[in-house]
Amino acid sequence: MYKLYARRRVRNTVLMMLSVAATVVGLGWLVLVLGALLWNGFSSLSLQVFTEMTPPPGSAGGLLNPIVGSLMITVLAVAIGTPIGILAGTYMAEYGQYAKLTMIVRFINDILLSAPSIVVGLFVYEVMVRPMGHFSGLSGAVALAVIVVPVVVRTTEDMLVLVPKELREAATALGVPRSHVIAHVSYRAARAGIITGVLLAVARISGETAPLLFTALNNQFFTLDMNAPMSSLPAVIFQFAMSPYQDWQALAWAGALIITFAVLALSITARSLASGKAE
Amino acid sequence: MHEIPRAGTAIPIPSAAAAAHPPGEEKVSMRGVDFYYGDNRALKDITVPLYARRVTAFIGPSGCGKSTLLRVLNRIYDLYPNQRAEGEVLLDGENILSSKQDLNLLRARIGMVFQKPTPFPMSIYENIAFGVRLYERLSKRDLDTRVEQALRRAALWDEVKDKLSDNGLSLSGGQQQRLCIARTVAVKPEVILLDEPCSALDPISTAKIEELIDELTDDYTIAIVTHNMQQAARVSAYTAFMYLGEMVEFDTTSKIFTTPKDRRTQDYVTGRFG
Repeated sequence: MYKLYARRRVRNTVLMMLSVAATVVGLGWLVLVLGALLWNGFSSLSLQVFTEMTPPPGSAGGLLNPIVGSLMITVLAVAIGTPIGILAGTYMAEYGQYAKLTMIVRFINDILLSAPSIVVGLFVYEVMVRPMGHFSGLSGAVALAVIVVPVVVRTTEDMLVLVPKELREAATALGVPRSHVIAHVSYRAARAGIITGVLLAVARISGETAPLLFTALNNQFFTLDMNAPMSSLPAVIFQFAMSPYQDWQALAWAGALIITFAVLALSITARSLASGKAE
Repeated sequence: MHEIPRAGTAIPIPSAAAAAHPPGEEKVSMRGVDFYYGDNRALKDITVPLYARRVTAFIGPSGCGKSTLLRVLNRIYDLYPNQRAEGEVLLDGENILSSKQDLNLLRARIGMVFQKPTPFPMSIYENIAFGVRLYERLSKRDLDTRVEQALRRAALWDEVKDKLSDNGLSLSGGQQQRLCIARTVAVKPEVILLDEPCSALDPISTAKIEELIDELTDDYTIAIVTHNMQQAARVSAYTAFMYLGEMVEFDTTSKIFTTPKDRRTQDYVTGRFG
């Protein structure tokens, strides 16, 4: 018996060491990536980055147009994708829990969730950019919205399913119509989770490059016109990082740093919302 | 802002429909009701009355169909496909199992309190105002009064009057259950269904809720499901003993507990099985 126990202890130790090693290797790469980003990013970061336009090679400039472009495209994408996602998730969790349609939608949604974003970009290129005859910020937003929808559908459904059925029964037993039960009880109980889902969707799309290359393209100049090609941070990072010019490369690092911190801030907000659920 | 100085703890809420019924008359009559969970027949040919402004207790071992019976009375089972009831349930002479029955109106007339306290994720005040607002347009003042009355009735007012804007979930289990009762009373139903309302509560909270049930009989018709035989004996005027989905015996509580007709009832109330 003792021998059996000793063997188990050895096995436990070995397995634990392997787990720790795997964790260290995994985290190690992350630290290296972040270290390189912070080192290069901060040394290229200045006030100019936020106030000036993207420069031609060899002259000074900033990232004002891609920053504004990214913000506009992201906000519009979320504005389009969130209502669709929340309403679809609501149908699946509240109205159609037992419907066949829900199972089909859930299956397709999961495929969409893991679809390569370049496919989404090509799709929007075909249905929007080609008929319109030109690239535009609008089509970029639509492409990102297509990525937002499945994330929001999934989290909304999951969070609403977690709302105890007793709570719904209690509200229903008061004579509350279903739409009211959903709006005032289910949504309230699942609010933190649903908002977290939207924030995660924003984090997901803020680094997407491929769908934008086919839709919003890029723009050397500042524009607020959603019907024109529009600059965005990921597209500019892609262009500048691949270039041979050192000042462009430095701006690419600065842009990468800005995106990373934006996503980090969103994740922290999402997490604190999720953990501080009870207000 | 909610101070309406009043002496006494319980302000009776007169219910017009309850007043129309002399006590002792049948408020609800179940006639030959069968209930199915899918193919599983959970209630078998149940016939039982609920007398107006009386407490009727439903006792029996777990799984005998007591809770199912309550869930038929406000048709809450309608939320789920595969659950259906057959037969007749008359409320003031009208069959509520009819497909023409408006379910929201029915549930406003027949309130229900569940086994587990289920405060809504909103303030204590809103928990009560929520249901009231659906059926009545009241001024802020009238609504405040209504909320206070309901909380007083549920013997919760003194404990929460200074924190009405706190989240309902911040209350203790016993307080949460009384909040749920207050919420049910506030919409002025005619019948109140209590599904093991004290099973999650300590003896002090249980005593408070039993006292409350006693007071509520002045205005309401009450059905209570309980596993606690002493509780049934304490609070009810009539008792129904159920076993395996059947109504074994229905009579006044004193008869059920002293001279039951059926052998199974006797065995159950004397603790020989169940």
